[in-house]
Parts: sequence; C-alpha cells; structure tokens
Amino acid sequence: MAELTDLTVAEAAAKIAAGEISADEYGDAWRAAAAADELNAYLWTAEHGGEGEPDWTGAGESAPEGEGESTPYGANPPAPADSGPLAGVPIAIKDIFTTQGIPTTAGSRILEGYRPPYTATAVNKLTAAGALVLGKTNMDEFAMGSSNENSGYGPVLNPWDRGRVPGGSSGGSAAAVAGGLAPAALGTDTGGSIRQPASLCGIVGLKPTYGAISRFGMIAFASSLDQCGPLTRDVTDAALLLGVMQGKDPRDSTSVGIEGGIELPSREDLAGLRFGVPRELGEAALDPGVRAVFEATVARIEELGGEIAEIALPNAEHGISAYYVIAPAEASSNLARYDGVRYGKRAGGDGDLIEMYEATRSEYFGAEVKRRIMLGTYALSSGYYDAYYGQAQKVRTRISQDFGAAFGEVDFVITPTSPSVAFGLGEKTADPMSMYLNDFFTVPMSLAGIPAIAIPAGLAAPEGAGADAPKLPVGFQIAAPAFAEQKLLEAAHALEGALGFAAAVGDDAPWKGGSRG
Amino acid sequence: MAELEAVIGLEIHVQLATRTKMFCGCELSFGDEPNVHTCPICLAHPGVLPVPNEEAIRFALKIGMALGCEIAPRSIFHRKNYFYPDNPKAYQISQYDVPICGEGKLGDIRITRAHLEEDAAKTVHVGSSGRIAGSSASLVDFNRAGTPLVEIVTEPDLRGAAEAAEWARLLRETVRQLGVSDVNMEEGSLRVDANVSVRPAGSTELGTKTELKNMNSFRFLQRGIEAELERQRDIIGAGGTVEQETLHFDPTSGDLTSLRSKEEAHDYRYFPEPDLVAIAPTETMLEEARASLPELPAERMARYESELGLDEAQARLLAGDPEGAEYFEAVVAAVGDAAGPRVVANWVTGDLTAALRASDDAERPEAQPLADLIAAVVAKQVSHAGGKQVLAILVADRDADVAEVIEREGLAQMGGDDGELAGIVAAAIEGDPAAAEQIRSGNGKAIGAIVGVVMRETKGRADGGEVNRLIREQLGL
Repeated sequence: MAELTDLTVAEAAAKIAAGEISADEYGDAWRAAAAADELNAYLWTAEHGGEGEPDWTGAGESAPEGEGESTPYGANPPAPADSGPLAGVPIAIKDIFTTQGIPTTAGSRILEGYRPPYTATAVNKLTAAGALVLGKTNMDEFAMGSSNENSGYGPVLNPWDRGRVPGGSSGGSAAAVAGGLAPAALGTDTGGSIRQPASLCGIVGLKPTYGAISRFGMIAFASSLDQCGPLTRDVTDAALLLGVMQGKDPRDSTSVGIEGGIELPSREDLAGLRFGVPRELGEAALDPGVRAVFEATVARIEELGGEIAEIALPNAEHGISAYYVIAPAEASSNLARYDGVRYGKRAGGDGDLIEMYEATRSEYFGAEVKRRIMLGTYALSSGYYDAYYGQAQKVRTRISQDFGAAFGEVDFVITPTSPSVAFGLGEKTADPMSMYLNDFFTVPMSLAGIPAIAIPAGLAAPEGAGADAPKLPVGFQIAAPAFAEQKLLEAAHALEGALGFAAAVGDDAPWKGGSRG
Repeated sequence: MAELEAVIGLEIHVQLATRTKMFCGCELSFGDEPNVHTCPICLAHPGVLPVPNEEAIRFALKIGMALGCEIAPRSIFHRKNYFYPDNPKAYQISQYDVPICGEGKLGDIRITRAHLEEDAAKTVHVGSSGRIAGSSASLVDFNRAGTPLVEIVTEPDLRGAAEAAEWARLLRETVRQLGVSDVNMEEGSLRVDANVSVRPAGSTELGTKTELKNMNSFRFLQRGIEAELERQRDIIGAGGTVEQETLHFDPTSGDLTSLRSKEEAHDYRYFPEPDLVAIAPTETMLEEARASLPELPAERMARYESELGLDEAQARLLAGDPEGAEYFEAVVAAVGDAAGPRVVANWVTGDLTAALRASDDAERPEAQPLADLIAAVVAKQVSHAGGKQVLAILVADRDADVAEVIEREGLAQMGGDDGELAGIVAAAIEGDPAAAEQIRSGNGKAIGAIVGVVMRETKGRADGGEVNRLIREQLGL
C-alpha cells in the first residue's frame, strides 16, 4: 500500500469516511512529517495529544490562556467536527490567519508571542468540515514579499532545491505541500502570493474571486486585494477546499460567496472553450524555459479541443505600478494598529508616547514592511493623493475593463504564472524592483478581483544555467471572470489531466522525498 | 474701523443611542467599569473587520431628514488616519467626500452635511490637572471606542454667541425628539465645537477661523465663543492677525489655550475604507425613517406662530417641549371658541408651569378641567387671581369639577351689580385718603395701593378691571 502521505486530500477523506484508513494514523503520519520540517516551512506545529486531538501547546509553548472556553467566535481551540467533507484531514494554515490561543504572527516579530482571542472564519469553516489545524506556516512579513525572505523568522527553503526560494508570500504553505509536510495548505493572495509560490514549488494554487471567501481573521495587508485560497497537490483538492471555505460571512461586509457552491471538477476535455493569450505577452520579460513550457501548454489546450485567441490587456503593463501604490497605501493604514499599546511587542516604553510608537515600530517591523509603509503613507498624503492613489485606482479600473472586454471574447485568459522558475536565496533581495516584477503576471487579476489558478505545467532549467542543470517547476495561470470558479476548476482539471505533471515528475517530486537538498 | 461682525459655524457630535457599537456587537454603556464592553473588533486585534450597525444608519437617516438634508443614494466610509492610544486601529472610520446626509437647514441656519463615524476610546490622564500635560500616566478605557456618532456641520451662518447657543439648543431638542440620542452635554453624548471668526460688518469674505473645543454646556458654549470673539477683536483692533488654531476653553478660568496650530494640524490621509461597501438605503428604509419623524420643534414653532397666532417666545417654549405642546393642543381643542390659543398658551406656559413648580406632587390637570377654568376666567365668572387658586386645586386633583371648586371655595367673581364690591371699594378709598388725593391729582400709579386693598379684602374674587373702574368712578374721574 502506498504511503498515507501520498494520498490527495480528496482520496484520504474518502478513505477515512469509508473506514479504509484510520483518521488517527493518517493524522499522525502528517504530524510526524510536519515535525520533521527542514525547510523552515512551519512557525508552529500541532503535536498528537493521544485522543485523536492535536495537542495545542505546540513546540515549547505553554498552554494557551482560556483553553477550552467557548467564545462568541467559536470554541477555543477550534475543535474539528466529527464528520464532514474534510473529517480527519490536517491542513497547514498560513500564519496570517488568526487561530484562537495558537500563536499567530503574520511572519512579523511585532506579533511574536501574540495569541489571538478568536479564529478566522476560513479556519473555522475548515474545522467545521472536520479538518484539523496541522500547523502555522511561515510567510513573508505581513504577506509582503515574493520569496519568503522577508519573514521575521527566517526564509523558507524550496523543497525542489534548498538553495532556492519557494516564492512568497505564502512560501511556507507552498513548501509544506510540495515538500510533503502537509496534504494541503491555506494561503493568501494579494498580488500573487498564492499563485507565484505554487508555481515555484510545482503545486496548484487558487486565488478565488475577491469576496468568495471571508477575510475575517485574515490579518490585513491590502484589504481591497487580499483573498484567501488553497494550495494543494491537485485541482480537485483546490475545489474541495474552496467549496468548504467559500460563502458570505456576516462578519465580512465585502464577502459574497459563490452562488451555487463548488463541486469537484470532472471535465477532461476543453472542447468549445476559448482561451485568450494576451498580445502583450510577446514582449514581456520571460525566461526562455518558462516561455517554452507556456507554449507547449497552449499546444496541449488545442489538443484537448480548446481554442486559442489573441486578446488585448493594454493596461496590464501598468499593473505593477498601480499595485505598488494601492497595496502599500492600504498597508500603511492596516499596519498602523501595531503600536505596542494593546498587544504584541513594545519597545521604549519608558519615554513618551511618540517615542514608544517609534521604538516599537522601528525595532519589530522588517525592512520591506517599513519600505511599504513609507511608500503608502506618501501616496496618501495631502497633495499627493490624486497623483498617486487616485491615479492608481484609475489604472485599476482600466485593467478591470480590459478583462471585461477580453471575457466578452474568450472564456479564460492564460499566462505564465511567474516570469522565471525559483531563484536563488539572496539573489533578488538587494533589488526590490526585480523582486516586485515576479508578480507581473499575477497582479492584474488581483487588481481586477477575478479568480485565477496556477497549475504546474512542466519543468525548466533556470535561465543561464547549463542544459543539464536540474530543472525546476513552471506554473501556468488561468484566469476567469468573477465568480466563474467552477468553470475555471473544470478547465484546470482537464488540462491538469492532460499535462500529467505529477506522473511525469514521479519519484523525483519532493513530496516523494526527491528533494535535491 | 468698521465694526467686526461675528461669523460662527458649529460642528456637533451626537452619540447615537443604539443598542450596540457602530462596527461590532459590543453594548453601548456610560459609567461602567473600564474595558468591559470590548471585543477583538473594537480593540483592533489583527484580522478583524467592521460590520456597520444598521440601526445607526437608520438613526442617521432620521437626523438627516429632520435637518432637511439631502440623503445620498450611495455614501461611503473613509479612513481617517492618525496615531493616538484612544484610536485603536490608528484610523477612525468616518465619512469624507460622500456623507450619508448632504445639505440641509434647521431654522435659518444651513447644514453643510451630517455623517456617520465612530467614537474614540476615553483616555484618563493620571495626575492633578486631568490633562495630558504634566500627567504621570494615561489610561485608556475602550468602552466608548466604536460608539456610533453622527457629526453635523453647519455653514458659518451664526452671527453671535447667544444666537449660536440658542440654535444649538434647538438642534438638541430636535435630535432629542427623534429618540436617537440622549443628547446630554455633560455626559458627552452631545458635543459642540465652534468655528469662530470675525470680519468687518458687511463684508462677504470669511476671516481666519479658530476652532473651539470642550464646551460641555450651552452656557459654556456661549461664554467660550464670547471670549474668543473678544480675543479676535482685540487682536485685530491692535493691528494683528488671527492665527488658525484649535483652542481649548477652560470654563472655570474662562481661559482659551492653544491645542495645536495650523502647522501642527494632522494630515489624516483619508482614503475609502476598503473593508466596507457603500451605504445605499433602500426605498423602504427611507420611507420608514420619514414616517417615524415626529413634528419637530422648528415646524411646530412655525405652525403655532402662523396658525395659532402665538408670539415667537411662546411658540418656542411650547415647541421645545413636545409633551407640553401636546397638552397645549388638547386644551385648545377642549376650550373650543370660549378662549383663543394665545390665552391658552399663557395659562399653560405661565400659571400652570408656576402651579406645577409649587409642589412636588403637582400634576398637569386633565385638559378639560383646565379648559373649563380658562373659559370661566374669560367669561369673568371667576377672576384671574381666583382662577389661579382653582388651578392650585386642579394640579392636586387632576379631574376636579371646576364649577364645583369655584362654588365650594367661594371664588365666584364679584360683579359690579350687587353693590358689595362698590362698598368695599368705597371703604378702601376712605381708608387711604392720601392715595385718593394723589389719584385725583393725576398720579395714576397711586391707584395700585387702593386696588391692592380691595383685592385683599375680596380674596381675589374681584376682577381687577372692574375694581379700577369703580375706584375711578367713585373718585369722580
């Protein structure tokens, strides 16, 4: 029999429900895997408590205050339901989601030791469906980054090559799933933070429509862009998790849910579907290996009966500029609450108030977070608002309109997920601009609020490496109109089957222990 | 130099008396133990989101309609960013360029806007002064954090301190009658700031304004504005210029101290609140708000003046007290053609108020007995003074029969026909020849002494006019 950890979430849940495997053994296998994390993917992991329940104390942590108490936000700790579509399945949670009584830092030193008094809606929905919290995953501080090197707790290593980054900001979640440390993980995506690390780690990452899943309990980076989504081994698992988590939440005014819910995808062909390739892609800066995989994937779509058309996204090239005004502007406001007054770290408490604010924020925020707070504060300043924030919002509207026009002609827009394969640790840290360009293909969908999925499409050698250099995963992005997740998942499922990435990689896959450490 | 005219606008914060806070489910409170009405949302824990209080939106619509404001079909919330421990998110959720209520008018004063926002927490500075300067520590009580507020802003239409205080009273009464706020200035559920400037009379340009804070009664509001107007007139009179600043008024000393100058003004970096969607009141919500509006003081006042012929002071007095006004209208109806509304208003606002004040147990009589009494006085069946005695009995015995009381107490007015009154008058003239002589020689005022004697003798049963007539008749005038 195959290893328990080789099963996808859907397979395992079905076997647990049918009594073919024990939830306890399955959970133990994952807890053991998570405990053996060598990638720095986890910031906190559950241990087995012996009663089929995880021990919430975590490594070296004392029991949370108020444990076992029921609160208006649910039980503490979030207790998994006995039955449900995810009964017995442990899931890794990006450390940006609040988990009552369990340390939650959003990758920042400023929240070191913080134990939230409530649990995020998305996590509550998972546990209500029977899932368990396996651990909290490392991330770029407050989700600001594309390499996970901005974590206050050290970088995460890419399981395909430990000298390389896993992408970010959901790098811990991506590395945990790709590295065989979790069957599935939650991430958040503001400008590509699910899709890009999924791409760099060779797994599936789905950013749903803005509003599909509640943001309550998701620590805010850029509120008008942040969206929660799954990182999984395959498209079916992404659909399973999305189906459980989506829905309108009375605690999030901007949530709407997906009408009709989500079913597991079954489609195996693409007949009658039209895929739009942005005309602008031809001139985009793209690694040759990535371009080759993209072109091969386009050919595969045609083999499956899909039709390829050229579309125009004339404003997409301004996406990064607009994004790096809007997201930091919102972040400058969202992160202002970390002032040392009520929770988290405090420094310089002996002097006056302003000194305490400054000392706390100077000492415990990382460089990238500070950079974005300054950018955002400037962009919102009196006299500059119209030139920056106002202008960026206009670009955002144009990009939305571009997509609207494109979806008048095609069902989906397709692009590579990331312009390159995973890059080396430290390779781009000195040059924020080149780091920001990692999100070139993912940011436009975030600005438009539309769903997009990244699926692994093949392998390519890093640019400049020799022909026989070890190859790394390349992602393929499919975007759909708002709330067309079901259609998107069906298409991705069909393409995934035809590409057969997991089968092609076989035992070389890191989740099978094939890491090239 | 031309006289310097006062130009005043007000900014009024009204705490709404909703059950829960503006963006979370915590109960509103006043005077409770600190920090008991808090939750992760109003303490701004990481990851929380605001959800607007529907009742607060309904209350804001009522205020807007009562002030004749245009209601925005879609209004949005903005974030107002600033660091202070009483502001846990480090931004206040407020409204900026698209408030829920636009232009309106109350009385003669134009309303610029009225918008929804949340209140800050309360900071208590430990130390002798109670102010931050010189304190050893500051404590924060988050019970108030997130309490719904409506901020009402007027145009600079007020021309004096007394006028400003008078108008603020009208606003308070209007809001109070809507039942949406306690409007208690001492407890801070109504807070009035004033923007004050002066300019040469007749000019249409605005002078540099200062903002006055911390006036927690109408009296202090008036005194604060008076003090600031004097300060500004002195500055300009001495050839100086007024600096734009925010001032704190100390009601005990009457001092104005600067809180911050223009240079120190915050840049609030307003931007649309991305966590909230637009407020788009439905037709039903608007209709419900409209239907729930009582007749408001300004309208009632206008109606009393134009339809019932009351003078302005009476109309204002009655309109400011909805219960009293209802009562007044019931008496007007009960009295029918026997007396005019002005006479009824005089009784209700004058003699009745005095009679009610005279005893703790006193209650308003039923409308009919008071109407009967007024009719009896008008018909001269009982004198005005006798009527007051009847009223003293009515406020203790609400539905006493007026005719019976008059009879029982022997208060039936003495006519001029039976000779009794003429006799008493003759005796009084005889008793004070000096006064009689003065009256004869043209000193009309001297008549009061003799009238007083007659009234005392008749225990108020005599009609004053009739007594006057008899005195003059008997003196041959």
